[in-house]
Amino acid sequence: MATLLSKDFVRSTVEKYRGRRGALISILDEIQTREGYLPETALRQVADLTGRTLIDVFGVATFYKAFRLTPRGMHLVSVCLGTACHVRGAGGVAAALQDHLDLPADGGTSQDGAFTLEPVRCVGACALGPILVIDGDYMANVSATRAVALIEGRRDGEGAVCPTEDERVFPVEVNCPRCNHSLMDPDYLVDGYPSVRFTVSFGQEHGWLRLSSLYGSYAIETGGEVPADTIVHFFCPHCHGDLMGAWNCTECGAPMVPVLVQGGGMVQICSRRGCHSHLLDLEVDPEGQTPPPPLPR
Amino acid sequence: MIDLRLNGLPVQVEEGSTLLEAAGMYGIPIPTLCHMDGLSPYGACRLCVVEVGADGRSELVSACTYPAQDGLLVRTASRRVLRARRMVLELLLASCPQSKAIQDLAAAHDVRRQRFHQEHEDCILCGLCVRMCAEQMTGHAIGFQGRGEHRSIGTPYDARSAECKLCGGCIYVCPACSLRCTYTDPERAVCGGCANLAPPCLDKSQFHDMMCTMDPCVACEIG
Repeated sequence: MATLLSKDFVRSTVEKYRGRRGALISILDEIQTREGYLPETALRQVADLTGRTLIDVFGVATFYKAFRLTPRGMHLVSVCLGTACHVRGAGGVAAALQDHLDLPADGGTSQDGAFTLEPVRCVGACALGPILVIDGDYMANVSATRAVALIEGRRDGEGAVCPTEDERVFPVEVNCPRCNHSLMDPDYLVDGYPSVRFTVSFGQEHGWLRLSSLYGSYAIETGGEVPADTIVHFFCPHCHGDLMGAWNCTECGAPMVPVLVQGGGMVQICSRRGCHSHLLDLEVDPEGQTPPPPLPR
Repeated sequence: MIDLRLNGLPVQVEEGSTLLEAAGMYGIPIPTLCHMDGLSPYGACRLCVVEVGADGRSELVSACTYPAQDGLLVRTASRRVLRARRMVLELLLASCPQSKAIQDLAAAHDVRRQRFHQEHEDCILCGLCVRMCAEQMTGHAIGFQGRGEHRSIGTPYDARSAECKLCGGCIYVCPACSLRCTYTDPERAVCGGCANLAPPCLDKSQFHDMMCTMDPCVACEIG
């Protein structure tokens, strides 16, 4: 469940955007990302701190469909009521879910806060209808009984989206910026995904280091014990090129290690053990070709 | 000073005036619902459409928001303008048929029927009350909320607002009198004009349900 909104969070968020016109949407968005919805106390505080009136803030919050004024459940269940799904019986699926969760026809959040049911129009998978989307996972050819079983299967945990930390974890595949070989190691899984392999050295020690390829996960495995706070030297396992970049970590000052993201862009990770700072820059230009940024030799 | 032509008449108006003000100064009537002196122009009701520009290249603009420009040719009652105005009135009648202000305007423009799906809204979203509350009463108690067909005017969370001074300004300016007599529901009351004036109908034991049905509202009439 959502934590109690701290006044300091709202204050620091407003402070961050101080003096920027049109920042209200960004402020509300950050609060909603943290809380899962926009509580009345937060709206009042934003109004106070930004020098607006409550009705101005409320007007913006109700204008945009992306903002919610009521808490969202742990699991978001979208039932498609588009034309194709409708003729394939989505009405029955929606009715069964509404009945099961004791919700009105336009959806809402169940009493226990576990599910938010949301009727949507078309999710673009018409041939597979009726479609049910649970926490972003598409379920095809759903029947009324199966729909209820599917959401009950999700009740405890699996794929749960915690609204307080809704920075969704996703895998990235990376290449060496010097030789452009893939750094992915499909034979060694971390977090259930192919890991990112580096050769490393620190002090007199040499070894390997594997990172989780899930952006947002800090899982790491090493060949030997790496003491916390050590600055680790990263090398490519293919070309043995020095991967230490020119930029320094904004949090701890250690050099950042830039690697190329397959499909364009760049991710930088801090070379200090225990520092979780990283930057992701997915710049894909319209031609789909991103020239790798030059590295200092 | 700016020189322009209103219905062929050469006129001079001050810099920064709108076409509606210019026409008003020379006694040329332009109907409007959402304009009021002392409130910022909003351009919501579109009743004040006028035609600007020469033949063939003219366009319809709302006079209340269009600034007067040198050499502008303005026609306030051309065939095209009247057609557009009648259409606007027809649409207003379709959404808010019970409004006296709209009925009068429709009658004045010879609109005798309306061909659209009849609704019975109590608001045309002209925003007069919102501007009145914010600009003249410095209340900022009511405003627009929602979007599209769910757009409405009210206080945040539709609850009694701490900012509302129960001044009744919103009801005073309302062409549809949408917020009339919410006093029967004190939790949502935004006006309370009738409560201040204490008209006889407030005596609930005697006139139990008269508040909502009296037309026009006693408080509105006295106020």
